[in-house]
Amino acid sequence: MEMQHINVKLLVREAQSVDLEPLIPVFHSWIENQNGDELLIDVADYTHVPAGPGVVLIGHEGNYSVDNTGNRLGVRYNRKESLDGSNQDRLAQAARAALSAFQRLETEPRLGGKLLFNGKDVEIFVNDRLLAPNNAATRDALDADFQLFSRKLFRGKPYSISYGEDPRSLFTAFVKAAQPLPIGELLEALA
Amino acid sequence: MKVSNSSWAERLAGKIPESLGREIDNFETEIALRKQGKLDERLFAETRLRRGAYGQRYDNGQRHNGKTVQQLRYPSGELTKGPNTMWDAPGMQRIKIPAGGLNADQLETLADLAEEYSDGIAHVTTRQDFQLHYVHIEDTPTVMRRLAAAGITTREACGNSVRNVTACPYSGVCPDEKFDVTPYSRALSKFLLGHPDTQNFGRKFKHSFSGCSQHACGLASMHDMGMVAVTKIENGKEKRGFEVSVGGGLGAVPYQAKLFDSFVPPEELLPLAQAISRVFARLGEKKNRSRARIKFLVQDLGIEKFKELVLEERKTLTEDPRWTEFIPAAETFEEAPLRPGGKAPLLGSESFQRWVKTNTRAQKQDGYTVATIALPLGDITAAQLRSLADIARRFTRETIRSTVEQNIVLRWISQSDLAELHKALEAAGLGASGAGSIVDIAACPGTDTCKLGISSSRGLAAELRKRLNEKNFQLDDSVVKLHIKISGCFNSCGQHHVADLGFYGVSRKMSGYAVPHFQVVLGGEWEHNGASYGLPVIAIPSKNIPEVVSRLTDRYAANRKDGESFKDFIGRTGKVELKKMLEDLARPPADPSDRSFFQDWGDPRQYTIADIGTGECAGEVVSSVEFDLAAAERELFEAQVALEDRETEQAGTKAYGSMVRAAKALVKIESSNIADDPALIVREFRARFYDTQKFFDPFAGGKFAHYLFSAQEKSGQPYTPDSARYLIDEAQLFIDAAHSCYNRISAPAPV
Repeated sequence: MEMQHINVKLLVREAQSVDLEPLIPVFHSWIENQNGDELLIDVADYTHVPAGPGVVLIGHEGNYSVDNTGNRLGVRYNRKESLDGSNQDRLAQAARAALSAFQRLETEPRLGGKLLFNGKDVEIFVNDRLLAPNNAATRDALDADFQLFSRKLFRGKPYSISYGEDPRSLFTAFVKAAQPLPIGELLEALA
Repeated sequence: MKVSNSSWAERLAGKIPESLGREIDNFETEIALRKQGKLDERLFAETRLRRGAYGQRYDNGQRHNGKTVQQLRYPSGELTKGPNTMWDAPGMQRIKIPAGGLNADQLETLADLAEEYSDGIAHVTTRQDFQLHYVHIEDTPTVMRRLAAAGITTREACGNSVRNVTACPYSGVCPDEKFDVTPYSRALSKFLLGHPDTQNFGRKFKHSFSGCSQHACGLASMHDMGMVAVTKIENGKEKRGFEVSVGGGLGAVPYQAKLFDSFVPPEELLPLAQAISRVFARLGEKKNRSRARIKFLVQDLGIEKFKELVLEERKTLTEDPRWTEFIPAAETFEEAPLRPGGKAPLLGSESFQRWVKTNTRAQKQDGYTVATIALPLGDITAAQLRSLADIARRFTRETIRSTVEQNIVLRWISQSDLAELHKALEAAGLGASGAGSIVDIAACPGTDTCKLGISSSRGLAAELRKRLNEKNFQLDDSVVKLHIKISGCFNSCGQHHVADLGFYGVSRKMSGYAVPHFQVVLGGEWEHNGASYGLPVIAIPSKNIPEVVSRLTDRYAANRKDGESFKDFIGRTGKVELKKMLEDLARPPADPSDRSFFQDWGDPRQYTIADIGTGECAGEVVSSVEFDLAAAERELFEAQVALEDRETEQAGTKAYGSMVRAAKALVKIESSNIADDPALIVREFRARFYDTQKFFDPFAGGKFAHYLFSAQEKSGQPYTPDSARYLIDEAQLFIDAAHSCYNRISAPAPV
């Protein structure tokens, strides 16, 4: 089964201490600098919506956000354009994009060191209900992909995977490492 | 662009009504043709607009980052989806919701689409539509198919067509209505959708239905064709009908609709709409877009002549069974509750009591309530849409409506269920109180996503909402009931003219810098279907608008007479006093190094870079043009005061004088010794600024210059209260455009 339009969300540590407003100028400066492979276009502020998408950096190939959907605050990458390669390639691309963005945000002085990865929680969504409806068949078909990817990401260290239940939701894998790992190590694992 | 696009057509085969399916297939073919260069970009632009696929800010590939204009290099290169509209630039998809009526499945479809093709948010508009932003043009046919399979169309949601037919969201349950207008509005919407007589308009056409004349919910007075339910006794039996008005509309210069007929029976409603469509298509302006709405045709012809033409046209129509076949079902149409009616609980938490007070209203059916879900800035997440679908199924027979106040209402809630409903809404983040109050601010997209936005209407709305919520419990009851509406530009999508406190975005230069401003519009009326329109009082920098709100509401709370409405208070206070109260807020900041003043709400970029880096003493640089434009504004203000004092002739003369003064300010840039002769000034203005297109607004073109030319042509004629009022609005827009023109020509070229 082909996965496309993969979203990866990395949950933050101490979400209650994070103020999303300072992200707006940060994302604007990312657009100004355009220092990546992707075209960055606009910033959408949804901080007024409870448990919403937060602040979204709109791009052509993908969106970046600090997203509070489900009251789980995290840095999210939403791949919009399709990608060639295998499911593993696409999972790695989305994870690298999310991890790199989070790494920049962790060290961004305007955020005062308050936006930090919790080191454990990685949520993976397939943002296409036709390709990957949220049901048992998809789970059976994709579980091996998620296991393989998680082993690689966490370098063989213990982790667990659970899947979202609501058939109306996007197909979602909740991957949790047993021990926290820094972003740098996770990026190295995917290099 | 989604990989699965090509598979959706097959997946949904048989689930889409044939006519809609064919339309979407055609659109997909047109997309392919445009990509191959076989379809002209202008033609493609109109065809996508008629399917609701709209452009968005930065779709010309340029974005001002606060320092310079930055090129956004979209991968599709030079391919466009309209003039100056890059193919890959994200766009907005508008979705028509006739009468705002939705069911739970449709909410779930909107949720899926918001998540998969947009940014996770669906937005309710001031005309009961939904909008998804940041959608790729090549995803739109799939979006349309999935909507069509759920019984929703985007056809004619934009473009020169019949737009969403709106209706009071309380129709059928409001104690004050004459009868339920829902089935009539749906019949009209269905009849006119794709009708051959509605395909050749010069501009859009908007219809609205209201069940009564006293409330605002239908806003019939500000529509191209507004219907208000009325009844009369005929042969001892009550007969339904509609008071029909035509030629209303907001836009840059708002017009109140004129009464066409005080009683149109249901069997004549559709043919009348058809005949009006034909007259509009035949005689409405086609070339000059700024004069192409039907309000100008009605104004130019006069309502009597217009009516005569329509009634003649009516006689020529061939009988159509659709005119009447809906009527028997309409007369017996009634929604049903899911649960037995009950009694409202007397106890509950403080937040529940507050919510009951502001967000619920008793239905005319005993034991039932309408509950309003107040959406901040009209936004709702995909997850919330799904929760709302569950809630609607649990408590109602999916009787859901969107509203022109950018909210959603659930009808037929048993009063016994209110506490449980509130609990469920709170769990979904949808239980906020304050619906319809001063914190429930309506705002168009403004500079966030709209190509025409001048100031950040949503940014201002969010800031006001935050501040007013903080002191909500200390606000006087009279203040809590006020309405704030904000538009990002003069086009009135935020309906600022019919608010108690209205604002629309303009730009001004201060201390040599461009500064986002809002015109403060006061004196409008939301009730009685938006029965009167406010007028601009003064332009204030965006960052000072919260203080404007504080001052005006504090003064109203302290000085209002018993039962005095805000509109009457504004009238009694008078423009001179109001301006005095606010004019210190129009001045530049005391500390010129305070950069925040030169940024808009929610946007950290310098509002424009054109004036940065001029170096020394920017605070003292005020050109003679700026002085002259300020004088034009003063004269216009005097015109407003004269109108308020019923000095119609003086009001018109001064409004025209202010336009000439503003034109002269610009002419003086090139010819400093211009004589004080209006005819000469207008001639010089035309040659130097109109013919050369220097005055042209990037989007409105020469529209505002035409206001001056037209005012000059009519300058010898006597003014009526209506014509003086229109001229004041036009003069304000002309002066705003003169400011913009000056900002453009005095700015250094982009780096």
